[in-house]
Parts: sequence; C-alpha cells; structure tokens
Amino acid sequence: MFASYGLIVHLLVIIAIYGILSLSLNLVLGVTGLFSIAHAAFYGVGAYTSALLTMRGIPWVVAMPAGMVLAGIVAYIIGIPTVRLVGDYLAVVTLGLGEIARAVFRNWISVTRGPMGLPGIPSASIFGFTFGTAEQYLVLAAICLLVVYVICQRLLSSPFGRVLKAIREDQRATLALGKNVDRFKMWSFVIGAAMAGLAGSLFAHYIGFIDPSSFVMWLTFFLFLIIVLGGLGNNLGTVLATVVFVAAREGLRFVGLPDWINPAALQQFVFGMLLVVMTLFKPEGLIPARKVTYRRYRQRVEG
Amino acid sequence: MGIAAQLLVNGLIAGGTYALAAIGYSMVYGALKFINFAHGSIAMVGAYIAFVLFSLGGIPIIPAFLLSMALTALLGVLVERLAYRPLRASPKLASLTTSVAVSFALDASVMMLLGAEIRSFRLPMQRTFQIGPVYLTLVQTVIIACSFAFMFGLYFLLTFTKLGKSIRAIADDLLLAEISGINGNLVIAAVFAIGSALAAAAGVLIGMETNLQPTMGFMITVKAFAAVVLGGLGNVYGAILGGFIIGIVENLGAWYISPVWKDSIAYVILILVLFVRPAGLLGKPEDATVV
Amino acid sequence: MSVLQVDNVVSGYGSMEVLHDLSLAVGQGEIVAMLGPNGAGKTTLLRTIFGVVPPWSGTITYKGEDISGVPPERLVRMGLAYIPQEYNIFASLTVQENLEMGAFIRDDDIHPRIEEIFELFPDIAERRKSRAGELSGGMRQMLAIGRALMLNPELLLMDEISTGLAPFLVDAIFERVKELNDQGVTILLVEQNAPKALQTSDRVYIIEGGEKKAEGNPEAIAADEEIARLYLGRS
Repeated sequence: MFASYGLIVHLLVIIAIYGILSLSLNLVLGVTGLFSIAHAAFYGVGAYTSALLTMRGIPWVVAMPAGMVLAGIVAYIIGIPTVRLVGDYLAVVTLGLGEIARAVFRNWISVTRGPMGLPGIPSASIFGFTFGTAEQYLVLAAICLLVVYVICQRLLSSPFGRVLKAIREDQRATLALGKNVDRFKMWSFVIGAAMAGLAGSLFAHYIGFIDPSSFVMWLTFFLFLIIVLGGLGNNLGTVLATVVFVAAREGLRFVGLPDWINPAALQQFVFGMLLVVMTLFKPEGLIPARKVTYRRYRQRVEG
Repeated sequence: MGIAAQLLVNGLIAGGTYALAAIGYSMVYGALKFINFAHGSIAMVGAYIAFVLFSLGGIPIIPAFLLSMALTALLGVLVERLAYRPLRASPKLASLTTSVAVSFALDASVMMLLGAEIRSFRLPMQRTFQIGPVYLTLVQTVIIACSFAFMFGLYFLLTFTKLGKSIRAIADDLLLAEISGINGNLVIAAVFAIGSALAAAAGVLIGMETNLQPTMGFMITVKAFAAVVLGGLGNVYGAILGGFIIGIVENLGAWYISPVWKDSIAYVILILVLFVRPAGLLGKPEDATVV
Repeated sequence: MSVLQVDNVVSGYGSMEVLHDLSLAVGQGEIVAMLGPNGAGKTTLLRTIFGVVPPWSGTITYKGEDISGVPPERLVRMGLAYIPQEYNIFASLTVQENLEMGAFIRDDDIHPRIEEIFELFPDIAERRKSRAGELSGGMRQMLAIGRALMLNPELLLMDEISTGLAPFLVDAIFERVKELNDQGVTILLVEQNAPKALQTSDRVYIIEGGEKKAEGNPEAIAADEEIARLYLGRS
C-alpha cells in the first residue's frame, strides 16, 4: 500500500519538523494565550536565512542558529507594538504582519528570488559530516525535536512558565500581581519564533528548495488545529497530535480522488471543517470558560 | 494632473467595492463585536456563483448578479446559524477561530469544485467613456453606480425602516434590544443576510473589474477589515469612507511607489491605524478597547 | 392575588450560583422594593424573572402562568417590562427612536403612544431628535422609563432607577413611580436608596447573599433595629 520504507522515513522527518513548529506555537498560543497568526512567517525567516547563508558558504552550524536569532529579532520588532494588543486585534495585526513578511519573501527578488524560490539548498552538515540521507536527517531532526521538547517542558514547569499560564488565564489579575506582563509575553513570543526558525532551517535543508508558498497563513492554522487537539499548553499532546495530523494530511494525498479535485484544497477543506466542528464542541478548549464567563457577566451585573 | 485624476477615479472604483464589502463586516462587528473572518470568502463565493450562473449557465448578467446576492445572503445566514450562533456566549477567540476555519473551508470548497485557475467574466466588449482627462469603461461606470446605489439603499434602510432601526439598536446594545422585545436572533440573521448580499455584490464587481480566483476572498477580508478599522469600528458609514480611502491610496501607491506592494498597502494602513488612532476616523476613542 | 410569584428560584452565571432558593411574591397593584447590599443578587433576580438569565431550578409565575426562562420577547407581549440598571437606553439612537424601539413588537401606528409618553416626560419631548447618549442623567432615566412604558405594561421591573441622580431628581422619579402605580401598574423595584424605597413601597424584601433575609411592610422593616443596622445603614 502506501507503507513503503522511504515514505515512512520521509513522514517521520516531516513529523519531527512539524513537531518543533507545533511546540513553538504551543508556547506562544497554548501556554501564553497569544493568538499570533504570524507564526508561519518566523518559520520562513528561519528557513530563508539559513538557506541563504549556507548557499554563500557559511556552515550550517552557524547558519541555523543565525536563522533562529533572526527569527527572534523579527519577532521582537513585531512584538514591541503588538504584544500589548488584545485578542482579536492581536490576531489581525499578527496576520497582517505575517502576510507582509510573506510579501517580502515574494517580492524581494534580488535576495529571495521571489516566487521562483531557492533551489539547491545544501543539506545540513556539522563539522564536515553531512546529513545527506533521509535516515541521517531523521536522526538530526529527532534530536532537535527532543531538545526542543525538553526545553519546552522545562519552561512550562518553571516559574517563567507559570507566569505565562497565568497570563493566559487572566491577564489583568497577573498584572495586578505585579508581573510585567508585556515582558513575559514578549519573551514567549520571541522564544516561540526562534524555535519556529529552527524548524524552518531544518525544513529548508531537508527539502533543498523553498519558496514563499511554503509559509502561507494556512500553515499557522494547521498548527493551531494540532495544538488545540493536543490540548492547549500540553507539550506531549502537541507532539502526539502532530503525528496524527501530519500522517492524516499525507494520507489524504493518497485517497483515491477524481482528477478534478485538488488534493491541497481537499486538505484545507477537511481541516477547516474539522476546526469548525472542534471549536463548536469544545470552545472552552481555547480559554478556560469559567473565568471568562464570570468576568463577562460581572462587567454588567452588580449583584 | 491627468494621471492623478485617473488614479483617483480608479481608486473610487476599487474603493467602492471595498466599501460594499466593508459594510457587512462593519454591521456584523457592530451587532456582535465579532470579526467575521469569513466575510471575504463569502464575497468570493458570491462572485463565483455569479460566474457559474452567467459564464457557465448562460443566465443574463443582471439576474445572475441578483441571484448570486440572494444565494450568498442565504449562505451567510446559514453560516451564522450553524457556526457562529452556538458560540455567542463563548470566548471571542472561539468565534474568531471558527470564522477563520469557515473561510478556509469556503476557499477550499471553491478551489475543489472550480479549480484554482484564474477565471474571468468575459463580458462583451466594453465601451470606454472619457470625462475630462479620465477614462472609464462601461463596467467601471456600472461598478460605481452599483456601489453608490447600494450604499444609498443601506442609508435608507438604517435611517427610515423599522428593521434598520432595530439593527442599529442591536448594534448599540443587544441585551437592551432583546429586553425591549426585539428578536435578537432574527435581526442578527438579517444583518448577516444583508451583509453577505452586499459582499456578494462586491465580489462580483471586483470579479468584473479584475478577475476571479479562490484566493481573492482573503484579500477582500483584509481590505474590508482595514476599511472598517480605518473608518471607525461599529460605524458603517466610516467603513464606507475607509473603503474609498483605501482604494484611492492603493492606486496612488501603486503608481507612485511600486505596483508590487499594492496589496500590502491595506495591511500597512490597518496597522498604522491600530497604533496611531485605534478608534479610526469616525469612531469614538472610548470604544477602542485595543489594549 | 399575586401577579408575580417567584418560588424557590436558584440561578447564577456559568457555574457560579448567585440566587439560592429565593422566593417572593408581588401582589396586584403593589409597589414592592428589594433592598440589600451590592452583590446580593437583586439584579440577578430581575434578570432571571425577565428571561435574561435562565433559572436553574424553581418557578416564576405571572398571573398564574409559568414564565420560568421565557425569553424577553415573549414577556414583553404578556405585559411585563424591565428597566435595567445601567445601559438602559440606546445611546446612538435618537430619543424618539428609543421610544419606537420600546414598541417594536407593535405593527400599528405608535405615534399616539409616543406623544403620550412625551406628555408624561415633557423634558425629553424637547429633545426628541437628539441622540440619547447626549442626555443628562435624569433625562436618560426618564427616557429609560418611557421606553419601558411604550407597551402599557402591567408589571414593571426597575433596577436602581435612582442611581447617580441628584436628590431632587430622585424625588421626581419616585413621584412618577407613584403615579404609575396609581394608574394600575404593579412595580417591583430594586433600590440602593433605602429611605426613598421605604417611603414609596407597599412591601419590602431584604436580600443578601442570594437569599431572602427579611420581608414586611416598610414601617416594620424600618423599625427593626437589627435590619436597619445591617442592611439599611449604608445608603
């Protein structure tokens, strides 16, 4: 059937990369509650930076961290005006900024070659050892995933993580407790972006070719679907959900479709509907319902 | 100076369509304080329905246009009933998420059924008029005429009819409206119907002026939202004004700066407004709970 | 005969219970006041009666008919009206439009009724074309009452109608309340202004913590030192 060895290895690499991506969004959205739709852009920044640097001869061990750092810097710049925004506005502004970033990928032709993309990206290599085969790359990606996972777990259980969770539950209360909420949100945002940048680098060097269409907004929502299903803020759940969704997504490619149905569109349709259904049945999955309900009513009721 | 005048008129043409799209967006936001991300996709569906009826079904353009508006109104009401109403008491992010998901599902459905290629209405050869230094095609004239006609109709509805006043009442205070005996759900459904019909009109007009592709929904959403924010949240006439301004700035920018960034202009305006004056041009500063 | 009967109502928001097994009754033609500290559940009770908040258990009966959880649109047709505490006018609509909204369910010509309301409240008649949000506090409250009266209700629920008003306005408002009652409107009101409420009402309930703590006629309530100290001291 479709269970060929090569496909499975490929799938696992993709799962590992997406796992890192999902974990990074989980930190920003699941744990801290920042509805940031710019995430795919950081993925892209990491990918393009790492690719461009290595294509100019800079070793991957330098280029990849550079990608992470640049993604973090971009996040910082975007974050300065943005993190203090609330809910809907944060979502829309980050969406706008994410799309502007993609427009930059598309239009800064002299650097990124625009829609033609960057072909011939060298594979990742550490001090001469090149992760040339898919299996070798899987090892690299899996190790990165493991490292990121451990870091995320540590962050979650640390005092820092507790503040982030408090921000998600009730920002005003956290502020009242004397915590500099904006600074914590910024840190979460930047760290999440850097991790996404790491995933981007891994992606670029694995596939060997990137173009702006890899970093569309839809990707962020796919990740969102994953972290909601895995349980917002739950790292292990996020990784497991990544396995499920990436496998499902690839599986959809092989469903026998009449020629006139575009598989990518079908994917988007199925996952879009899935998200609708999930939100209808579990809207509190996004923010704890009890506190919000109480506060909403309290605003207009005295007694 | 001739160029500037032409750009201005082109801006009015595009702006008129954005304004039409922004109306529905603004009314829904006013009534429910909810950003309906799927609005642009609904406009896109309207455009495609008209396309199917006219270009594939052979129905004359005007009935196709009107039928599309009616069917899209129905779509809007259905989406509200099935996907949004159950979430009215839930956290706002849940509604936002759903509306994004609906928009993706709608975009994808059209892509699946009609393909991702660019389509066009292929209207019969158009005459061109010249007014002073400005050139206008017949289609463009129709677009401007339609936009203004619909906007005037909206004004009439909101100011003089009972339904229109109830829409304003709901936007002012949904709870009080219900306490007064207004059937909130019915009026909200009407808001979605009207907004979606106008969105369809916008989509068709945009499709006539440019072309049709499934991704146009997203652009319409962003530009409509930028128009709403620029004009002042909750103020329908502000949204209309915002739409025209964006259309004009886009055209001026495309000419004087670079055509490549044309679509990004709406984003830039949006972000600028949110940071400089979140209440927009006609909004009240107290209402802007941006932070 | 009691027009409104509230029996063992439990209600609240989300998972938070606010009213714990509350019962009261309002007789035909009475003015009944609910007093008590902030957060006692008085507003919640009015909202529960008027179908804004569904009761978790217990029943609410109006003229013998069960109206528990019935939505406002139906209650308005049955002759009830509710004036919320704040947010009781449509600020962006004109004064006249506010009144029009009050009679939304009527299809016939409501202008005679609007004129009657304007006769009742001449101050706002002058401002009929102004945006309601521009009115002063006293006039807003009058408009709020006017809106609620558009359909000639038999039972009127009022939530802290005197909030934020200068004393002479408070007197004027309560004068009107008395007049309405003389014309046959039964009134259930929530008040923070205890003296005024005691002066105007026929019976009083003291509500605290979502429970009924006391009831009786105003003289008895006022004379009870314990109650006066606990609940009426602050107003």
